[in-house]
Amino acid sequence: MSQYLLRRLLIAVPSLLGISIILFTILALAPGDPFGELATNPAVPPEVRAALREKFGLNDPVYVRYLRWLMAMSQGDWGFSFVSRVDVDVLILQRLPTTLIVIGASQVLALLIALPVGTYAATRPYSLFDQVANTLAFVGFSLPTFFTGIVFILIFSVTLDWLPFVYRSEIDATGFAFVWGHIKQAIMPVAVLGLFQGASWTRFVRSAVLDVVRLDYVTTARAKGLAERVVIMKHIVRNALIPVVTLVALQMPIVFGGAIVTEQIFRIPGIGSLLISSILANDTPVIMAVTFVFACLVILFNLIADILYGWLDPRISYR
Amino acid sequence: MNERELRGLIEDVRIGKLSRRAFVRGMVAVGLTAPLAAQMLSHSGIAMAAPFPEYKPTQRGGGGPLRLLWWQGPTLLNPHFAVGTKDQDGSRLFYEPLAAWDADGNLVPILAAEIPSLENGGLAEDGMSVTWKLKQGVTWHDGEPFTADDCVFNWEYATDPDTAAVTIGSYQGMNVVKVDDHTVRVEFEEPTPFWADPFVGTRGMLIPKHLFQDFKGAASRDAPANLAPVGTGPYLFEQFNPGDLVTGKLNPNYHEENRPYFDSIEMKGGGDAVSAARAVLQTGEYDLAWNMQVEDELLKRLEEAGKGHIEIMDGGDIEHIQINNTDPWTEVDGERSSLKTKHPFLTDPAVRKALNLLVDRGSVEQHIYGRGGPATANFLNNPEQFRSTKTSYEFDVEKAVAILEEGGWTPGADGIREKDGVKLKFVYQTSINAPRQKTQAIVKQACQKAGIEVELKSITASVFFSSDEANPDTYTKFYCDIQMYTTTQTQPDPGVFMNQFLSWEVATKANKWQGRNITRWTNPEYDKLYREAEAELDPVKRAALFIRMNEMVIEEVAVIPVVSRPRVAALSNKLHAPLSGWDNYTAHLKDWYRDA
Repeated sequence: MSQYLLRRLLIAVPSLLGISIILFTILALAPGDPFGELATNPAVPPEVRAALREKFGLNDPVYVRYLRWLMAMSQGDWGFSFVSRVDVDVLILQRLPTTLIVIGASQVLALLIALPVGTYAATRPYSLFDQVANTLAFVGFSLPTFFTGIVFILIFSVTLDWLPFVYRSEIDATGFAFVWGHIKQAIMPVAVLGLFQGASWTRFVRSAVLDVVRLDYVTTARAKGLAERVVIMKHIVRNALIPVVTLVALQMPIVFGGAIVTEQIFRIPGIGSLLISSILANDTPVIMAVTFVFACLVILFNLIADILYGWLDPRISYR
Repeated sequence: MNERELRGLIEDVRIGKLSRRAFVRGMVAVGLTAPLAAQMLSHSGIAMAAPFPEYKPTQRGGGGPLRLLWWQGPTLLNPHFAVGTKDQDGSRLFYEPLAAWDADGNLVPILAAEIPSLENGGLAEDGMSVTWKLKQGVTWHDGEPFTADDCVFNWEYATDPDTAAVTIGSYQGMNVVKVDDHTVRVEFEEPTPFWADPFVGTRGMLIPKHLFQDFKGAASRDAPANLAPVGTGPYLFEQFNPGDLVTGKLNPNYHEENRPYFDSIEMKGGGDAVSAARAVLQTGEYDLAWNMQVEDELLKRLEEAGKGHIEIMDGGDIEHIQINNTDPWTEVDGERSSLKTKHPFLTDPAVRKALNLLVDRGSVEQHIYGRGGPATANFLNNPEQFRSTKTSYEFDVEKAVAILEEGGWTPGADGIREKDGVKLKFVYQTSINAPRQKTQAIVKQACQKAGIEVELKSITASVFFSSDEANPDTYTKFYCDIQMYTTTQTQPDPGVFMNQFLSWEVATKANKWQGRNITRWTNPEYDKLYREAEAELDPVKRAALFIRMNEMVIEEVAVIPVVSRPRVAALSNKLHAPLSGWDNYTAHLKDWYRDA
């Protein structure tokens, strides 16, 4: 087991290097200039732009810049934002809590929907409940989040005026009002993301449970006279969950990456909106840091998923 | 319009025959800036008007929170690094300049005790210096006094090339001297007609010496105060998350009484323009939203909710079509559109005149931009009634055809006009942006009717407006026959705006396409007028020169103006917020209040 872990970690190093080289090269080749806005402003002399480019080392060849970035990154220095003139880790840490709360809550919501609904539907296949659940799930994952987001805003903010549609990271209130303020503004984005994710997971859980539900050992359990609840919880769900857990684990990096579209619609100051605004401003160090962290998380959670898989299903062994 | 006519109009203002505002509007219509127009009036002895409607609140505070929605949030809060208006607007919550511009181009003293003039001795007769008297008793947010040393320091800070301040252009070529603790003198290297650039408006915000003196030059990026401003403004800094949120609270020691009105302020960033408009006009979650780049149709519908309205601020920005004077399809010495070439047919005055008639500005305004883009005429038309903004442009396909026929351009076998084997076929480029593509289509249609074939090309904005030397599609390279974009005139002086037709400003490979003259249109007469204007101290004579330059550009169809682009803001109906198209949105924040 430890040998396997070591091997996987060693493989991860060249993959991360490869990913960083590709990311860096693409960003370097992409058109656009972080100081482009200065060029179109006639009041700013071109020398200022030249001085800034020099200061941030943009005139060096790509491989020099890459090596400099790699050295800094290996020492824990994430870089310096051209646009905000702040360290990149400050920017990311500022936005991480919001992302974790909102996206995390939506994943929890998705699970809370997907597990009971999927299981219940699978234990009564082709019943009315199953058909309704199936249809709703189909509708749910067919509608893109930018559409449901706007529909939610129109209904709950504009027409009914119940919920705010601008997310504030700071709420100037204390105690209950503070908590309620946060919950109130998170309801719509969490619902939009959670329902979308929940819909696709529902179908997945249903089919996983359906695979298990007709197996012989389930029939045996029933024949033993076990209560239906015990059969479902202990014998069916537990076994059906193996692929579901893997799937969910692989989704975890998304929690850190944020949801670009939803964050943009509700103005959630998360990592996703940081990424999109950095891309629009050609703020390379920020784009590089966010995408690289994301790449690291994908690799990490892949590994975790593989390990979890073996832990859940002892038939799988690591060599 | 010549100098004599201008003087006559100024006289009309003096005797009250013409209102100040009408005069300023008229001057803007002939291509000047409002600040220059106001300068003409004050130079002629007509006092700057009391700019704003009265300020009603009778005590400081008590107004609750003020919520601003900037759909692109400020990313930094040091005014000397503020690249975009969003950063300047954010910095302006805490920092202030000596004076600010109002909507009609008047200077309003902020940290200055008075506006320098010839009468009060602030302006030197020879145009070589300007003396600012500072307001007494102003303190920085941390309690330190604001003095002349701070002004001198700001000049030193901005002009240090290692600081890489974007404000350097406003502080170069001058010397700033402390006269006493509350007087500074700006000494210019040469007679400077437009003295109100350093310490004024968008690029004139002042930072405190005692917090920044150790962070001048290369160390500038390490200053803790870059992220936590300490200014003199109406609100104290509380929190800043780049791109997301700026918050502040009332400054109890603000240097003007009964101000500010609001107890706290919040500037939220992110999202898109449409939903920002909704948050102000429809749900009333926010008090003011910035830069409403939204179809006018939609804005009108949102206004019907009755919670807010749209406010238009006149400025000098103009969406225009540039005509290439050089040949973009022939490469000479490694560059296309080289000055050594001549465009095969766009240099023919007949073709230019015809094109000018084929741009249907009325439809562009009516169907595309609405209130956010009134069609602009030839800049100048009729001196007697120069307020005419409606009648001056012309859209007439038949007239265009007649001009082309007369110029010898006759239809070929394929219906496309040609002359001496040259076909009237050109490529028309612009950035990707829905209103621009619609405008392209309108122009193309009219051209087709007149027998001109147009190929449309659209380029991603981030490429088109970049300064990437390796990319052939940037607007400064202009490797195309005609192109369209908005040129900005946020500078308070038209000098910077008008330099885009100077022969020494042509964008070429030699200057890495950083020259300001993109059309490559040149005229020795124009150069001469510009030189004269640079040294002319009498604002009226100077204005006459600029007007003449503008006439030349329009007469020779160096560019075709399409629509002017005023700033558009969405405001809550209860909010009283004086706004100015010549300064930041938040320039007069101290004067904002809300009906109870």
